[in-house]
Amino acid sequence: MSDRIEIRFAGFGGQGIALMGRLVGEVISLHEKGKHSVMTQSYGPESRGGASSCDVVIDTQIIDYPKATEFDYFVVMSEEAYHKYIPRLKEGGIIFVEENLVTLDDQSKKASKIYKIPATEIAETLGSRLYANIAMLGFVCANTDLFSDEDFITVMKAKVRARFIEKNLVAFEKGKNHK
Amino acid sequence: MSDNKENTPMVNTGEYFTSGNLAVAEGSLAAGCKFFGGYPITPSSEVAEHMSIKLPQIKGHFVQFEDEIASIASILGASWGGWKSMTATSGPGYSLMLENIGLGIMTETPCVIVNVQRGGPSTGLPTLVGQQDIQQARWGSHGDYEIIALSPNSVQECFDLAIAAFNLAEEYRVPVTILMDETIGHMSEKLVIPDKEEIEIVNRKKPTDEAKDHLPYKADEDLIPPMAVAGEGYNVITTGLTHDERGYPVLDADTQKVLITRLLDKIRKNKDKIIKLEEYMLDDAEFVIISFGISSRAAKGAVNLARKKGLKAGYLRLITIWPFPDEKIAQLSEKVKAIFITEINSGQVTREVQRAVEGKSKVHGLFKLGGAIHTPTEIVEEIERRIK
Repeated sequence: MSDRIEIRFAGFGGQGIALMGRLVGEVISLHEKGKHSVMTQSYGPESRGGASSCDVVIDTQIIDYPKATEFDYFVVMSEEAYHKYIPRLKEGGIIFVEENLVTLDDQSKKASKIYKIPATEIAETLGSRLYANIAMLGFVCANTDLFSDEDFITVMKAKVRARFIEKNLVAFEKGKNHK
Repeated sequence: MSDNKENTPMVNTGEYFTSGNLAVAEGSLAAGCKFFGGYPITPSSEVAEHMSIKLPQIKGHFVQFEDEIASIASILGASWGGWKSMTATSGPGYSLMLENIGLGIMTETPCVIVNVQRGGPSTGLPTLVGQQDIQQARWGSHGDYEIIALSPNSVQECFDLAIAAFNLAEEYRVPVTILMDETIGHMSEKLVIPDKEEIEIVNRKKPTDEAKDHLPYKADEDLIPPMAVAGEGYNVITTGLTHDERGYPVLDADTQKVLITRLLDKIRKNKDKIIKLEEYMLDDAEFVIISFGISSRAAKGAVNLARKKGLKAGYLRLITIWPFPDEKIAQLSEKVKAIFITEINSGQVTREVQRAVEGKSKVHGLFKLGGAIHTPTEIVEEIERRIK
């Protein structure tokens, strides 16, 4: 049987949404035994603002259809993205939300669990809101069985520019420890 | 370039999580590509970017030209200089390259063209997916010819088919097009690059006769002439005009017939060797979905979904799009109730399937017009609606 899991990451351009998908996709594809993953992204001029999203699909079998259709996990970091994609959250799915940037409405009630984090505020204490995406991933790591923190850190160190690694490690820890 | 030191493939053996565009570039390097001439265009630009970083590291050459016309001309020239050569583009650039792809066919020049398709016509949808250049790849240049085009549907296959494309180009002395699409190009998946000893590389045949007796367009029994490279002592002559075995223009119907028949036959008579297909659940299938590229990922998902619903669905994927697998599809049409084609255009492969089927089974095209890919659910719903 298929163990397909679909994750949608969404926010606005500049938040590093696609990087979140690439990191999680790589951690699962190369480090989590017996799992496959595919990352697809909305592709356009989003790095200049506007809605940005990417999907990671995970399965124990070879993945045919590469995009998310009904999200098991919805990681959302902007109001616009929330309204655009919340209809496609699976009944009983899980939401991770940047609580200062998104106001949830009744549509979020179909989620079985909602995790809230002020990821941008946490990032700002480290000197830049650029670290918000990694803080969010620390929070996702701590509250799911999707990937291990050690594997994530291995991949992040290899993928993120050297001068950002240290602060990202702190952001990841802070996200992980957020209650 | 017979000196193998220079042609040693640079292979970054190992496992990666990377995109189709980077994988097709790495596959080209593994195949021995030493020259890239191009004009970057969305959604193919990462291919050029990656080659611009990698080629100088292996004493290869990357040149960004003023446009796509110069780019394709440069890779023909580079090939005659002995380098395996390539370019990468998308629809608008591919349109500009077509005249010189014809020159490549006429001069029998091995080279590889990557077309990462986006929605068209014209500038169309620069950042969004399309599969609308299928017939263009077959018939876009003027005149009568046969061509080879391949269509990967995963990141791994972008790597594998890049190697296959160079090998086919070298073996049959013909430009080979890799028809990718925006989604495959930008999607990330696991890529396994094998040890270089495990990668089979084909190099063009070299002449072995005396240079003074050499006839550059005299084919062997396999219909393919050995290819000398400029600077090796043999006469090298190229012309887009109809030519004889010496390569001299001879502008009459007899010479045209001999030359064009050979150019057609060197592909047609090797169709069975060239064509690669993937079959899935075809044995007892009553309904077959034929697809290729990114559309085939949805099609395979649809087959799984249809089977769960008790529909006997199967799947045939065109890894090679040109030459077209007429015989295989004709055989299928005799045992199935209906054939469905999923493609992101208004029926370019459907038209070929209809031709091959000759009315022996029902043929339904399920089309998207660019900008989005099919979902497995909508394919199954459409199949259910049409077979009612």
